[in-house]
Amino acid sequence: MTKRIVILGAGTGGTLTANRFARHAEEAGLEIIVIDKDDDHVYQPGLLFVPFGMAEAEHLVKSRRRQLHRGVDYIEAGIDHVEVDENQVVLEDGTNVPYDLLVVASGATLRPEETEGLMGPGWGRDVFTFYDMEGSIGLQKALAAMDHGRLVLNVIDMPIKCPVAPLEFTFLADAYFQGRGLRDDIEIVYATPLDGAFTKPEASKHLSHMLDDRHINLVTNFNTGEVDEEAKKLISYDGQELSYDLLVTIPLHGGANFVGMSPKLGDELDFIPTDPYTLQSKVADNIFVIGDAAGLSASKAGSVAHFEGEVLVPNILAWLAGKPMPESFDGHANCFIETGHHKALLIDFNYETEPLEGHFPGPFGLPLLKDSYLNHMGKLAFQQLYWHLLLPGHDIPMVKAQMPRAGKRNLEVKHVKTGE
Amino acid sequence: MSTITLAGKDIARTDDGFFEDPSQWTEDMVPDLAKSEGIEQLADRHWVVIRFMRSEYLTKGAGPSVRALGKSSGVPIKELYQLFPKGPAKQAAKIAGIPKPIGCI
Repeated sequence: MTKRIVILGAGTGGTLTANRFARHAEEAGLEIIVIDKDDDHVYQPGLLFVPFGMAEAEHLVKSRRRQLHRGVDYIEAGIDHVEVDENQVVLEDGTNVPYDLLVVASGATLRPEETEGLMGPGWGRDVFTFYDMEGSIGLQKALAAMDHGRLVLNVIDMPIKCPVAPLEFTFLADAYFQGRGLRDDIEIVYATPLDGAFTKPEASKHLSHMLDDRHINLVTNFNTGEVDEEAKKLISYDGQELSYDLLVTIPLHGGANFVGMSPKLGDELDFIPTDPYTLQSKVADNIFVIGDAAGLSASKAGSVAHFEGEVLVPNILAWLAGKPMPESFDGHANCFIETGHHKALLIDFNYETEPLEGHFPGPFGLPLLKDSYLNHMGKLAFQQLYWHLLLPGHDIPMVKAQMPRAGKRNLEVKHVKTGE
Repeated sequence: MSTITLAGKDIARTDDGFFEDPSQWTEDMVPDLAKSEGIEQLADRHWVVIRFMRSEYLTKGAGPSVRALGKSSGVPIKELYQLFPKGPAKQAAKIAGIPKPIGCI
């Protein structure tokens, strides 16, 4: 009997999952349906480069439908909600799509409206985010027009997609204004709710030195309560004020809006409670989750969705066949951090191990936690791997779902507990 | 790790002041714990948050973040900061005798 797998979302996680299933469709008797609201698949890592004129917006977008293999049906429609107990998805036009198994791959959404004053008169004038296409194009113009003053990069609260991107933005801004001969006239401030530059201690130390070297001011424990766009200042919940001439904000994130409309599906932030190892949801046995949609302590990053895909598909196939799930996700994330001047840093970590120095994927690979031209080339080359290997659901040579231990220094002594 | 005495019991806490063993916690420890956080007068609203933290930990295995607390405890974030000025999630977790809320990555 044919089993129907419905995948919500045709971004990184949804697309690679559909294509991996497509290979087993016949033998396992699967019907695969993917649902998303439009046909624009954005290569999100590229949005960071648009404000600096280092990437063209139109080169970052391809058809969602055309990334899906033969044998995958695509429905272009908005999702209204999921009825967990009825095993069906209800589309915005009222159509019901029943499923045997549901994969939620609907990512994270930006919620600027949840911060008081953020979408006020300054939004799109001197307040931008580079986390969507419109904002990153607008920011390009605003940066080009800036010749003096204070540029503030503000993370409102965690979790956010790609937690290193805000830091990368400040590094690139430093290089950009140097290139224009204006660096001495521009003050760059990085304001974060965290108690350091980054979430993981060892990497945080390195990154905060890098901020120092570049004369970027780090403001920690800043919990933004509201933005006064008339007076051009951020106000924290405990009354601190931070003024800006140009504000680059990373708005609050939540899960997809339909998750909030679906009884029993999501948590307070509309992410889905998920088993960190099997990727089966805690909501219903026949619902699995991949990528940013999951309420996990793994990073919200494309590399995580990629590694999860290698675990998710065999687990679902086993579950459908009534067998124990064979694979366990270790929280592996791998991120290039662009540091400006054609250099980048690489970090590699998982639930248990924080980013360490060394080389990736083994002793003779790319340098970890150290900026190099090689890493920058790796970051640029990745865009091609993304469209041609990762989305089609192939494994990337040398890069495995499980975090490699070889090549990492001090691995034994620097063990951190899950979730810290 | 350090040890303090509360309600006649020796309590082991982490270096940053969270209970090693949340099952040792009882409500009569709350006034002393609050004082050590600089909160002299406990209002009903403090108790709403403390009890909420405790029940979230017992049902979900982890204390909520400030944002989740603001959305689900019935106490808005602004008020949470008035009640626990040094960071609502951390301070309320210490007073509720539960582990440090999971940092997001």
